[in-house]
Amino acid sequence: MVLDVEKAARWIHRLNGKIQEQKQYLTDLDQAIGDGDHGINLARGFQEAANAISANSYQDLGALCKDVAMTLIGKVGGASGPLYGTAFMKLSMAWKGQKEIDREALAKGFKDALEGLKMRGKAQPGDKTMIDVWEPAVAYMAGEGPLNGEELASVAKEKMEGTKELEAKKGRAAYLGKRSIGHIDPGAASSYLLFSTLAEVIGEGESA
Amino acid sequence: MKKLINNPDRVVEEMIEGMVAAYPNRIRRLPGTTVLVRKDAPVQGKVGLVSGGGSGHEPSHAGYLGKGMLDAAVCGEVFTSPTPDQVYEAIKAVDSGKGVLLIIKNYTGDIMNFEMAAEMAEAEGIKVAKVVVNDDVAVENSTYTTGRRGIAGTVFVHKIAGAMAERGASLEEVEAAAKKVIENVRSMGMALTPCIVPAAGKPGFELGEKEMEIGMGIHGEPGIEKTEIRPADEIAQTLTDKILDDLKLGEKDKVAVMINGLGGTPLMELYIINRKVAEILKGKNIEVHDTFVGNFMTSLEMAGCSVTLLKLDEQLTELLDAESDAIAFKR
Repeated sequence: MVLDVEKAARWIHRLNGKIQEQKQYLTDLDQAIGDGDHGINLARGFQEAANAISANSYQDLGALCKDVAMTLIGKVGGASGPLYGTAFMKLSMAWKGQKEIDREALAKGFKDALEGLKMRGKAQPGDKTMIDVWEPAVAYMAGEGPLNGEELASVAKEKMEGTKELEAKKGRAAYLGKRSIGHIDPGAASSYLLFSTLAEVIGEGESA
Repeated sequence: MKKLINNPDRVVEEMIEGMVAAYPNRIRRLPGTTVLVRKDAPVQGKVGLVSGGGSGHEPSHAGYLGKGMLDAAVCGEVFTSPTPDQVYEAIKAVDSGKGVLLIIKNYTGDIMNFEMAAEMAEAEGIKVAKVVVNDDVAVENSTYTTGRRGIAGTVFVHKIAGAMAERGASLEEVEAAAKKVIENVRSMGMALTPCIVPAAGKPGFELGEKEMEIGMGIHGEPGIEKTEIRPADEIAQTLTDKILDDLKLGEKDKVAVMINGLGGTPLMELYIINRKVAEILKGKNIEVHDTFVGNFMTSLEMAGCSVTLLKLDEQLTELLDAESDAIAFKR
C-alpha cells in the first residue's frame, strides 16, 4: 500500500501547510512574471480544501480527492483553480471506491491527472508551466525501479528549478516573452510543493 | 482613486444587488451565486445562451439578458474569470432540455473555467456547445499566444445567436450562427487613460498626459504601440484600416458597425469617431446596414473606444434585425 485515505488526508494538510508558509514566495514569483496572485489564490483554496476534508471522515480516496477538487474549483480562481481542480478531479475518478492504493494505481491516477492538465491548460513540457514538473514527476512514479520518496521530491525540485531559464509560452508570462527568463514559474513551484509533500507522506510509516 | 463605491472588495456583489433591484421583472439572481438569469429561465423549447467573464465590462454581459439575447450571465470578480462552479450553475439554470451554448471570450482563464463547467454539465447529461470569440485584430503572435482576444464583437454574437435561439432553432443551428458571426466580425480598440481596478486601488499601467495606446485590450493589456495622441480622424483611420486589412470586404459588401466606448469616453467623441468610420466605408463603397454607438463592452472608466465591423449576409442581417428585449439592447 502506497497511499491510503489517512495518508492522503495527511498529504493535503501538509501541502496546505507548505502553501501557507510559502504564500509570499509564490506570490513574489507570480509578481515577476504573472499577475501576482498565485500564492494568495492557492493559500485561500488549499485552506478551504484542508478545512473541507477535516470536516469529514473518508473510506474512499476518490471521495476525498473529489472534495479537494470541488473546493479548489470554487475557491482558487484564476487559471490555477481549474488546473489543480482538474488534476484532483482526475485523481478522484481513478481512485473511486478505493480505501488504499498500490504503486500502479498511484501512477495511473497521476497519469490521468497529467493528461487532464494538458487538456485543460494546453501546455506541453518546455512551455515553462506546472507541466514541466508534473511530466517528469509522473514519469518517475510510473517508471521501473522502486518508488523512493526522496527521489521523487528531488526530481520535482530539479525540474522546478529548471523552469528558471525557460521562456514562457503559456499563461500571462507568455506576454513577457524573453523577459520571463530568469524567473522560476510559480505553477512549477507550487507543483513541487505538491510532489514533495506527497513524497514525504509516502515515505512515512503508518499514522503516528 | 475617486469612485462611486463603498467597499472595494464588494463592488461585484453590490453591483449584482443593484441590477436586480433595478430590473426585478427582467432578471433574477441564482441564490448563492454570482449568476444572473432571465426571469423566465429556463425558457421551454429554446436553446439556453450563457456568457460572462470578469466584471468591469458592463453592460457586458448581464446587460444582454433578455428575450432574443442571453439567458444567463456569470459575473466574475473585476477582470477575473468566474469559477467553473458558477458557470455550471448558470448552465443548469437555463437548460430546458434543448441544450446550452456557451459564448466565451478568448482569454485563457475564461476558456479553462467555461470548458470545465461544460464538462461538469455534460456529466449530468446536459448538451453543451461552446464558441470562442476572438475578434480583436490588434495583437496576434502566430506561434506562441493563445490567439486573439475577444472584445466588443462578442455583443454581435450574443445578438445573432440569441435571435436564432429565440426562434426555436436547434443547438447545432445556434452554434453555427454564432460561429458565422465570429468568422465575420473584427474589432480593434485604443485607450487614452488607464482604469483602476477597485481592489487594486491604483492603475495597472501609465499613460502620459499626451499619450495613447493603440490596440490596448479591455483589461489594459498591451497593444501595438504607445504614441502621442492624434486627432480622432487619424485614430479612426488607424483602427478601421487594421480591421479592413483583416476582414476582406469588397465593394457593395454590407456591414454592421459598432463604435464602442470603453467607459470613460463621452458619447460626443464616439460620434466623432463614427463620422470618420462612416466616411471611410462610404469611400470604399461598403454599405452600412446599421450602426451602434455607445458603451457595449467597457473597461471600467478607461477612456478610449473600439471599432467593430461585422460582415453581413442575408441570414446575419435578418438575425441582427430581429426583435430583442435585453436590458441594454432593445430592437
